[in-house]
Amino acid sequence: MKHLIGFITKNLLRMVLLLLCVAIVTFALISISPIDPLSANVGQTALGSLSAEQIAKLEEYWGVGQPPVTRFVAWAKDFIRGDMGVSLLYRQNVSAIIGERLKNSLLLMTLAWLLSGILGFLLGIIAGARKGSLADKLIQGYCLTISSTPVFWLALILLLIFAVWLKWVPIGLSVPIGVEAADVTFLDRLRHAILPALTLSITGIANICLHTREKLIDVMNSDYVLFAKARGDKTGRIVRRHGIRNILLPAITLQFASISEIFGGSILVEQVFSYPGLGQAAVTAGLGSDVPLLLAITIISAAIVFAGNFTANVLYGVIDPRMRKGVKR
Amino acid sequence: MPLLKVENLSISFRQYTKAFQQTALIVVRALDLSINPGEMVAIVGSSGSGKSLLAHAILGILPYNASMAGRLYYDDKPLDKKRVETLRGKEIVLVPQGITYLDPLMKAGRQIHNGQRGKAAHQKTLSILSRYGLDEKTAERYPFELSGGMARRVLISSAVYSEPRLVIADEPTPGLHIQAARRVLGHFREMAEKDAGVLLITHDLELARQTCDRIVVFYAGYTIEEALARDFDQVETLRHPYTRALWQAMPQNRFSAEDGRQPAAHINPEGCIYAPRCKDASDLCRQSIPYQPLRGGYVRCIRKEHYDT
Ligand SMILES: Nc1ncnc2c1ncn2[C@@H]1O[C@H](COP(=O)(O)OP(=O)(O)OP(=O)(O)O)[C@@H](O)[C@H]1O
Ligand SMILES: [Mg+2]
Repeated sequence: MKHLIGFITKNLLRMVLLLLCVAIVTFALISISPIDPLSANVGQTALGSLSAEQIAKLEEYWGVGQPPVTRFVAWAKDFIRGDMGVSLLYRQNVSAIIGERLKNSLLLMTLAWLLSGILGFLLGIIAGARKGSLADKLIQGYCLTISSTPVFWLALILLLIFAVWLKWVPIGLSVPIGVEAADVTFLDRLRHAILPALTLSITGIANICLHTREKLIDVMNSDYVLFAKARGDKTGRIVRRHGIRNILLPAITLQFASISEIFGGSILVEQVFSYPGLGQAAVTAGLGSDVPLLLAITIISAAIVFAGNFTANVLYGVIDPRMRKGVKR
Repeated sequence: MPLLKVENLSISFRQYTKAFQQTALIVVRALDLSINPGEMVAIVGSSGSGKSLLAHAILGILPYNASMAGRLYYDDKPLDKKRVETLRGKEIVLVPQGITYLDPLMKAGRQIHNGQRGKAAHQKTLSILSRYGLDEKTAERYPFELSGGMARRVLISSAVYSEPRLVIADEPTPGLHIQAARRVLGHFREMAEKDAGVLLITHDLELARQTCDRIVVFYAGYTIEEALARDFDQVETLRHPYTRALWQAMPQNRFSAEDGRQPAAHINPEGCIYAPRCKDASDLCRQSIPYQPLRGGYVRCIRKEHYDT
C-alpha cells in the first residue's frame, strides 16, 4: 500500500513537470514562430487600411511587443487558478471550446482505440496461433501494407468509398447540418464519428496485431506449451489457457501506450473529415497564433497521453502476479 | 508383451549449412528399447546425448525441424502420431526436465489438475501434493513463488495426476532433497507394482542402479549397453568399456573420471563411436558395430568377448 502511494505521488510529480515543460516548449515555439498574428488573422490588405491606433489596439489584443516571459507568467498564473483564458480567434472561453472539442475527439479516439485494440488482438492471435498458415500470411500482409500507408491518404480513400460513392455515412463534421444542438442524438454523433474512427483504427490495428502475433509465437514455442501438448491439449485450448494469459498484459500495456499515436493520427484524420475535434482546433490555433487555445490543447493532450502511459504502468502492477505479490512483501 | 517397444529409432535435425544447403544432423541413432508392464527402466547418458529428444519423440512432440525414423509400439500396436495424440496426458505422461515447463502466470494447482473443475479434482491435487511432502498452500502459488525443488515436484504431480500406464520421467530428481527424491521414486515404483511402466531418464548412474530394474546406457546418440541393475554390483558383469568407465567413476568406486568427452553429434567416425576414447580400441573397431545380445543384456562392442567374463 505504502509502495502504491509512493508510486502514484512520484508519477503525479512527474506529470506536473512534464506539463510544465510542454507548456514552456509550446510557448517558446509560438514565440519564435514566423507567423505574424496580425497579418495572419486580420489580413495583409485589411491591415494596410487601418489607422495606427487601431493597429496598436490589435497588437495589444494579440500580445505583440510584450516580452514572452511576461506573457507566459501571466498565462500560467491564470491557468493554475483554473482560468484557461479566452481564445483570441473564437472570442470564447477556452474551457468552453475545449469542452466541446474534447467530447468529439474523445468519442472518435475511444472508438478507434477500442476497435484497433480488440481487432488487432484477435487478428494477432489468429496469425500467431497458426504461424505460416494462409490466415497468418494474409494478416501479416495487411499489417505491413497498412503500416506503410499514409493516414490522410487512407482517410481520403475511405471517404471516397463510404461517404461519396456508397453514401453510407456522412461526409464530414460531427453532427448533422441544420439540426438544433439539443436535437442531436448520440446515434447521430456515432454516425459521424464512425468513418474517422475506422480510419484511425485501421492503422492502429497493425501495431497491436504484429506485437500480439510475435508474443504469441514466443509463447507457442515455450516449454510450458510443449508440456501442455505432451498432456494432450490441442492448439485451441493451449491458446485459451496459456496464450491469452501470457500475452494479454503486454498487449493492454502497448494499447495504453499507443494513445499518443492515436492522438497524432487524429489530427490528420480530423482535418480530412472536417471533424471538429481537438486536433482540428490545434491546427487552427497554431496557424492563427491563438496562444491560450493552443497551450490548453497541448496540455490536455499531453495529460491524456501521460494518463495512458501511467495506466499501463499501474495495470502491470495490479494484474501481473509477479509484480502484485512483489508489492505485498 | 512389452508396454512400449522402440525399434531402430533415429532422430535428426534439418540444418542449413551454407545458403540453401540442407544437411541432416543425426542426434539419436538405431535405438532399440522396450519397457514391460511393472518395470522401471533407466536411460543413463551424459548431457547432450539425446535423452530428452528420445522422450519427446515417444510423445510425438519433437520440434518442427526434427524428424524421426523407426518404429514405436505401445501395447503391441503401432504408436503413430494420431494414436499418441489420444494417449498422451492420459495413459502416457511426461515428467519434463525443467521448471520452465510450468506456465509462469498460472497457479500450481491449476497446472496439476489441468483445468479440471470440482471438488474431486481439488482434493486429488492436494493428496498428490501431500504425497510429495507439499502442503495445500502450494496449490495456490505461482511458479515464481516456488523453490526449484517444489516446482519440480509440482511438475511430477501434474504428470502422475492422470494415473498413467507409462511414465516417461526426464531427470525428475535434480534439485530435490534426497528424501523428496526417494518419495518420488518410491511413488514411481508403486505405480510400477500396479503394472505401469516407468522410463527414468537420468545422468545419475547410482540413482538408476538403486531404483530401476534395467539400465540402458546412452552415448552420443547410441545405446551402447543394456544391463540389469544388479550387473552394476561389480565391474566384471558390465559389457562395454564405456559402462565400465562409468562404473569406475561412481563415488563408491575409485572415482576416476575418464579423460576426453563424448564426440559432438556431427562428428561421426565410421565404426565404433567410443573408439577414440577406448583403451582397448583396435583396427577392428573401424567397422560398423551391431547391437547384440550378451548375457541377458545388450552391447554395442565388436570386442565383446574381451569383456565377457
Ligand atoms: N531444436 C534443436 N535443433 C538442433 N539440435 C538440437 C535441438 N534440440 C536438441 N538438439 C541437439 O540434440 C542433442 C541431444 O539433446 P537432448 O536435449 O536430447 O540432450 P539430453 O541428453 O537430454 O541432455 P541433458 O542431460 O543436458 O538434458 C544435443 O546435442 C542438442 O544440441
Ligand atoms: Mg535432457
